[in-house]
Amino acid sequence: MLTAPEWQAVRLTLVVAVAAVAVSLPIAIGVGWLLAKREFPGKFLVETLVNLPLVLPPVVTGYLLLVVFGRNGVLGGFLEKWLGLRFVFDWKGAALAAAVVAFPLLVRPIRQSFAAIDERLIQAARTLGAGPFDAFASVTLPLARPGILGGALLGFARSMGEFGATIMIAGNIPGATRTISLLVYSQLETPGGMRTSLRLVWVSIAIASLALLAGEVLERRGRRRLTGAIG
Amino acid sequence: MMTVLTFDCRFAYPTGFALDFAFNVDAGVTGLVGPSGCGKTTVLNLISGLLRPDSGRIALGDQDLFDAKKRTDRRPEERQIGYVFQDFLLFPHLSVEDNLRYGQQRQKDCRIEFQRVVAALELGDVLRRMPASLSGGQKQRVALGRALMRSPQLLLLDEPLNALDRELRASVIEDLAKIVDELEIPAIVVSHDQASIAALEAHVVAMSQTGSPGS
Repeated sequence: MLTAPEWQAVRLTLVVAVAAVAVSLPIAIGVGWLLAKREFPGKFLVETLVNLPLVLPPVVTGYLLLVVFGRNGVLGGFLEKWLGLRFVFDWKGAALAAAVVAFPLLVRPIRQSFAAIDERLIQAARTLGAGPFDAFASVTLPLARPGILGGALLGFARSMGEFGATIMIAGNIPGATRTISLLVYSQLETPGGMRTSLRLVWVSIAIASLALLAGEVLERRGRRRLTGAIG
Repeated sequence: MMTVLTFDCRFAYPTGFALDFAFNVDAGVTGLVGPSGCGKTTVLNLISGLLRPDSGRIALGDQDLFDAKKRTDRRPEERQIGYVFQDFLLFPHLSVEDNLRYGQQRQKDCRIEFQRVVAALELGDVLRRMPASLSGGQKQRVALGRALMRSPQLLLLDEPLNALDRELRASVIEDLAKIVDELEIPAIVVSHDQASIAALEAHVVAMSQTGSPGS
């Protein structure tokens, strides 16, 4: 059985991962669509920016987040003063770090899904009376659903394991910002830590596997529907 | 006879080739024929609003769809035109029934009854099926039904018989003639198959390679 601090870390990790995906998913859908369907000046720059967290050391990402969202940061001071949003040493900081690090993994399958959609289906929708937003909501989004689900679950699984950027902006405060990764790290620092941290390692593996499995099942169900099963 | 559609447009392709074409459509079926690549589908795309002419005018009855001089350009969703695409373009994530109702749900006043279209096109048995499970002929009928449920003032059909074998062609021609006659919807049928156009007893407009009327 898990101890109370371990349960706390599991709960916090799930909250952080869900919040990270919930916040970044709409943005990832917008960016994925833009990169898949539109040509614009500076597209290469946007692509680089989106993929940067994938190749940057997470600690560097965390440092940059601290510069921007810290209490004296470019945005951090403003957000704390006007919206009461604090990121430093707070679970919201952990969610922000997870969202940024997982963002490229969300965008990639979403972008591929959008790119695979036949643009003429949208044209067909327009001739049937749908405006651009209606056509997006009724045709584009449902057809991109496998990619959106896949991206969300991949992002969720990645958020679960975020460490470097999280410790930089949110710290490692028991009960407040200590996620599974940070607790495993802390346990390993103590005598017998290899044995005690094993429980959390298994929990991590189980949650991430379940997320990926759920993604696979949902994607297959979606594919089966599109390829002609009687609905 | 009352003119349903007035078309007089110029459209330049990115390749440099320019389509310069004018014709009128009266009630009944009009067959738009011509050699491959002469711009027949482009004409349909210009009428439906999927392409924008460089100059000229397109009017449906007394309503301007496009007029370069008046700077009028109605968006595709504002034009009361039903378009049956060459490769059907059924929405793969929607059932046959949802495909049929797509256009109907997006207009205030649908003058064509759902059951009437379903019965006329014999689609009652496939309403719950997904498009991928349908045969070519069934897909064709769903595409036709979907366009009709838009209550169009004009129906556009791009090579509606292309993907069908000879037996199905005869049945689709029959369906098409029956529906157009029954619902009194004028139609433009693009085809390179003169025999099919003749079977529809259509008024023929021929396009030449340069996109000007041949006869």
